[in-house]
Amino acid sequence: MDSELDNTVLERPPLLVLRGIVKQFPGCLANDHVDLTIGKGEIHALLGENGAGKSTLVKIIYGVMKPDAGSMIWNGQPVSIASPAQARALGIGMVFQHFSLFEALTVSENIALGLNDPKDRENLESRIAEISTRYGLPLDPHKAVHDLSVGERQRIEIVRCLLQNPKLLIMDEPTSVLTPQEVSKLFDTLRRLRDEGCSILYISHKLEEIRTLCERATIMRLGKVVAHCNPAEKTARDLAEMMISAKLKQQDYSNKTIHLGGDRLVVNKLTIRSNQQFGTDLKDISFTVKGGEIFGIAGIAGNGQGELMDALSGEIPAGSPMNILLDGAAIGQERPRARRRRGGCFLPEERNGHGAVGQMTLAENGFLSAHVRGALGRFGLINAKRTREFAAKVIHAFDVRTTGPLAEARSLSGGNLQKFLVGREVLQQPGVLVISQPTWGVDAGAAAAIYEALLQLAAAGTAIVLISQDLDEILLLCDRIAVIAAGRLSDAMNVKDATIEKIGLLMGGTHTGKEELAHALPA
Amino acid sequence: MLYRLEPRGERSLFWSYGSPVLAVILTIITMMAIFSLLGKPPVQGIETFLITPISTASGLSSLLVRAAPLIMIGAGLALCYRANVWNIGGDGQFTLGALAGAGLALALPNGAFWWEYPLVLCLGVLGGMFWAGIVAFLKLRFNANEILTSLMLVYIAQLILVWLVTGPWRDPQGFGFPQSAMFGAGATTPDFGTTSIHLGCLLAPLLALVLWQILARSVLGFQLRVVGQAPRAARFAGFSNARLTWIALLVSGGLSGLAGIIEVTGPIGQLTTTITPGYGFSAVIVAFLGRLHPVGVIFAGLLLALSYLGGDAAQINLNMPNAITGIFQGVLLFYLLGADVLILHRFRRIRPSAPEAA
Repeated sequence: MDSELDNTVLERPPLLVLRGIVKQFPGCLANDHVDLTIGKGEIHALLGENGAGKSTLVKIIYGVMKPDAGSMIWNGQPVSIASPAQARALGIGMVFQHFSLFEALTVSENIALGLNDPKDRENLESRIAEISTRYGLPLDPHKAVHDLSVGERQRIEIVRCLLQNPKLLIMDEPTSVLTPQEVSKLFDTLRRLRDEGCSILYISHKLEEIRTLCERATIMRLGKVVAHCNPAEKTARDLAEMMISAKLKQQDYSNKTIHLGGDRLVVNKLTIRSNQQFGTDLKDISFTVKGGEIFGIAGIAGNGQGELMDALSGEIPAGSPMNILLDGAAIGQERPRARRRRGGCFLPEERNGHGAVGQMTLAENGFLSAHVRGALGRFGLINAKRTREFAAKVIHAFDVRTTGPLAEARSLSGGNLQKFLVGREVLQQPGVLVISQPTWGVDAGAAAAIYEALLQLAAAGTAIVLISQDLDEILLLCDRIAVIAAGRLSDAMNVKDATIEKIGLLMGGTHTGKEELAHALPA
Repeated sequence: MLYRLEPRGERSLFWSYGSPVLAVILTIITMMAIFSLLGKPPVQGIETFLITPISTASGLSSLLVRAAPLIMIGAGLALCYRANVWNIGGDGQFTLGALAGAGLALALPNGAFWWEYPLVLCLGVLGGMFWAGIVAFLKLRFNANEILTSLMLVYIAQLILVWLVTGPWRDPQGFGFPQSAMFGAGATTPDFGTTSIHLGCLLAPLLALVLWQILARSVLGFQLRVVGQAPRAARFAGFSNARLTWIALLVSGGLSGLAGIIEVTGPIGQLTTTITPGYGFSAVIVAFLGRLHPVGVIFAGLLLALSYLGGDAAQINLNMPNAITGIFQGVLLFYLLGADVLILHRFRRIRPSAPEAA
């Protein structure tokens, strides 16, 4: 490990040096004497699993949090950054994973709101235009944000940072919401910025991206820096092994044998109106999933995945019973519990407050969706013993790290809670499982366990619909794929015929009308 | 020395129970300050307010009589609030319950049937449910805010009461006073021996215990808790929000109505223009002071009942205005909500960052 720590040669003068940063949270040492050096004009990767302490470190740099110990040197001067405003004044800009934009306002209004100094707002539109052409970030300053794609929204955040001429730009998981085409445009922009002398701290757990983009990488695990390296010289596997302590199990599911059964889930011309403001309506969605098959639905966030999940689980009833058939029964207008009784199990993307209740115990969260199929209630009363036993079974089978069935759901880490929730649905032995973003925010070890469970379930004859924004995951697990864009679903294709480029174009909406195309692809 | 409030990351078990205690202590200190500002001896004031009323047997029995409606309404409200339905119209449901039951009691000839009293109670429950049902209907049909509608219905109920006891239901032998005839023996809440303790004093804690079991053990209670804590998770599980809103309001309305009919057929004995000293509003404090837990509500109900008795005693012995009861309750709620911050947050001393000695 020492050799790995030492083998980085810093060719450039340092812009930011962190030494011995410590941040303690209740019950968790998020940063344990972290050292980090970012050179001038380099793209520096901060790599680590969820919960490794990346976000905490970045929040300390950006002045959102104060470290308990440690020092920071900016341009050779010791500094202590007390607030994001001070960080911006020093020349540090940050693009967060979750955007802070007002949907109802225009692009330039949103940018103006993020500027502290009134004189920055002078000639704002011409400066936006200048920056967007210089860095290849096309934006229409007069468009309202709710009409924009996620990629365009991210551009607003980037332009907002660039207006302040940052010397260091921090990007937190910027590509998780982009199409492959948008990703390569973003990389062009970042490289141009680097060439002009701006340093970039790039946070990600996507190894291939880091290998193509970054010159140096700092790898964190459990709050500590475990390695520095040049990512281009390492394979993705090496990086992954540095990131998680154990050696990775070879994951190759391509040789699995599939025994397809009959049609278990048929969706037939499903059209529904979203019940959310700025939601996406579903238009004429049709697909069929056979027993034993994993059907992937790819797409960029916010293109109707949430609505499709709600329509399949029964949270939003369909227009006609015939819109959805489960094992031949027309369930389009049945309520969620009736669908579960017939063998449908569902797990939405959002864990907190949707798939689980944080303040409730794991046993109660097990009861939440499993009480129908698991017969956990009797005569209107909760069968406490069976409920605890069910939760204990899930905890055991899915190796959930927790104190037991009576632990509150929110006391678990994201990955552990997700394992519990996936286990809760899988152990109900569903005929049809619809699952969204099963490994979102989950570490590699837990993700592998979840993949294994899904494959076993399919092998046992369950029809699985996997809705995910993670293309690697979809290509790894699925037998057939369709892409959802602007509420429409593309024709299904076999995974062997699917290429990243083809899927990327469909994600941009090329199978639909020109209007959506113009909207989703960069101008 | 500076302190900063920062999130704990998880609920503090200690402060979940410590916060009501702290609120009561701070309330007592504040009340002492108010007493001394008004020129009354503070220690004696607190003694008169909190200890004198319960130092005799008859004082204790009137404590139970006062607590009964507070516990009954408060337990229902606790269930309602758990489901995230903010019914603050307990006073109106109390009044409507009293009216519905009293209407029957006044219409029937005295002692006609043995089941007259149970029937009067049932009508009381139905009256309260009807009044809360209007709130549920308006909320679900027109998305009307239940805080506003339930509050406005309090005033409507009050006006109906005044109209009835000054008009159609006025006692012909009552010398023109705005009150109904006394209820007959067949429609009177039984009391025990020589004390003023009546059936409602037993029923109230009993019902609170039943509600506790429902919340803790039944599928319905589980659904109410889920819909209150995470409405989307409730939809995911397939629990009907409309059905649960109806149930929460009907249960709390029914309990308020029951409290109302017991109050008028028991301690009061007739309908007058003021059958409640704001029990329905004090019960909001009772519900929160009791941590929205039906058992906690029993203790909180006793404390709030004491504030009514203390207010009476302070009027008689110290020449204080009647408003002292309301001030006590208001101060208590204020501190309670304030102290609740400690459940999810803690104070941390800010050390001035080490000066970079240059």
